[in-house]
Amino acid sequence: MKDYLTFALKRFLQLLAVVFTGISVAFFVSYLSPISPVETIIGRVAGQSAYSPEAIESLRQTLTELFGLNVPLHERYFNFLGRFLVGDLGPSLLAFPTPAMKLVMLALPWTVGLLTMSTILTWLIGNILGGLAGYYQNSRLLKAFGVVAIGIQPIPYYIVAFLMVIIFGFLWPVLPISGGFSMNVRPSWSPEFVVSILRHAILPAASLVIVGLGTWFLGMRALVSNIVTEDYVTYAELAGVKRERIVSSYVIRNAIVPQLTALAMALGGIFSGTIITEQVFSYPGLGTLLVRAVNAGDSAVVLAVSCIAVIAVATAIFLIDLLHPLLDPRIKAE
Amino acid sequence: MFSVFRDLIRYNIEFTIGVVLVGVIVAFSLLSFASPVDPTAIYTTIPDMPPSAEFWFGTNSRGQDLFWQLTFAFRNTLFFGLTVAVLSRIISITVGLTAGYLGGWTDRTLMFFNDIFVAIPIFPILILFYFVLRNNLDMMKLALIMACFGWPFDARLIRSVALGLKHREFTRHAVFAGMSPARIMYEEHLPYVMPIVFSTAMANMIWSIGLEVTLAVLGFTNINVPTVGTALYWANNHSAMVVGVWWWIVIPVVLIVMTFLGLFLLAVSMNEYIDPRSRLRRMGA
Repeated sequence: MKDYLTFALKRFLQLLAVVFTGISVAFFVSYLSPISPVETIIGRVAGQSAYSPEAIESLRQTLTELFGLNVPLHERYFNFLGRFLVGDLGPSLLAFPTPAMKLVMLALPWTVGLLTMSTILTWLIGNILGGLAGYYQNSRLLKAFGVVAIGIQPIPYYIVAFLMVIIFGFLWPVLPISGGFSMNVRPSWSPEFVVSILRHAILPAASLVIVGLGTWFLGMRALVSNIVTEDYVTYAELAGVKRERIVSSYVIRNAIVPQLTALAMALGGIFSGTIITEQVFSYPGLGTLLVRAVNAGDSAVVLAVSCIAVIAVATAIFLIDLLHPLLDPRIKAE
Repeated sequence: MFSVFRDLIRYNIEFTIGVVLVGVIVAFSLLSFASPVDPTAIYTTIPDMPPSAEFWFGTNSRGQDLFWQLTFAFRNTLFFGLTVAVLSRIISITVGLTAGYLGGWTDRTLMFFNDIFVAIPIFPILILFYFVLRNNLDMMKLALIMACFGWPFDARLIRSVALGLKHREFTRHAVFAGMSPARIMYEEHLPYVMPIVFSTAMANMIWSIGLEVTLAVLGFTNINVPTVGTALYWANNHSAMVVGVWWWIVIPVVLIVMTFLGLFLLAVSMNEYIDPRSRLRRMGA
């Protein structure tokens, strides 16, 4: 137990290091941005009616102070870190003066929900099918699935999502292809709302599952087909252990550990996938917000989304890492 | 080297298919050097012509001959993927071999950074770079940025091989013969990791080209450079699917899927070749 706690603490320190590096990179990259939020707002305000130059000048000063741009870079960096700890990244431009963090927090549950659901589904289905395909190597059905998986695996997210929009939006319109819920449903915890959310999530989630499935299927099949040649499996077969039991507790159990590592490593990529998926299906998550913010030149929101993305992915990896020693007793918590 | 290639062709149908697919795409992209049209010029032919004997791939709504346009697009995209792959291979070989051979503090420090890079989601970072650089984000800069993020998986893989090589007898002989660590890594250990480098290079190309396509489709790269992504971007921009100019989307998609499939099969078959057990099973020995 003590070992496990040390291990968890070490991993936690690593998590902090990842988050720190990630948000620092994000800060310094966004610092280079040629678009000044102050000038953008002044342009917006001044465009509406005529103001005296003095009024504009004092507005400029107020805004510069508001965005904290009147201090040197290193001070801004420490300000940023300090304010980041309390979850304040300044006002957004998209919906000035709503805090950027508030916009992000509104979008976050959608992305996290979609991502968690589709990732878990993909991982489970892919690994179970892959495990079966590796064990029952003569099954025609599973062989055919392997060919399909190889064919689909290298297709980029965007194209699959786009094909699904064409198929289910134009050729066979049975499912909603855009938005997170129907326009005529009031957001509350009513059954209609939940059903509406689920119906809208089917296509985006399905596109993510289809694209991700192949990798897990192929990886698991390769792992399992190596494991079935091990002596202990042959021995279990000779000893008359039921085949279902061999597959589930002897073979898949052993193959699942590297797949868990792979899941932790793939999370960053899966996150990129949801951004494009959200864009194609106009899903109201982080990706849509990020694209809108980039197009509007809103550096606060872009920075906030990048930071939250770094934290979310790093935390998910951290949690998976913590599961590791629990699943596989051979891995000493180190 | 040549005998490896011959064996792969003879015993590995996936490798053959991969070579053919990638070969076709590379040949297609090389045609761009013989192109009669300027890929940046628009309205040079009649717009919206379906595929015919005159325009093999049809023309798009911007009045460009899709065949020649796509040769340029694929040349740029492949070159981009190759640049990212080569640059990130250099980083991952250096980090992997150094960490594996030197061990100790060097190893721990390098792997610490390695794990940080694995955990940073690249897509938001790339969008951030576009946000800052806008149209200055040309292919070369994008390739450099992606190479900086594309090495950590493979560095870890190479390190694990180098860890094993470190305790082999020939390494010890080399040390006693007075070879410097740098020479041991590059002359003794590098040949052993080369197969991994090749197969991960293919996977890396799939990754980087996929990201480039994704970024470009959203309009987050320099959209005036013809690449596969920007071809799709312009097609969407003109609602090609809705107005019935299907060939503008379908043809690039088919070609890029061929590219990905080819690279993927090459990576998979090389991976299999690295593992002697599966290689022997395939040769029927």
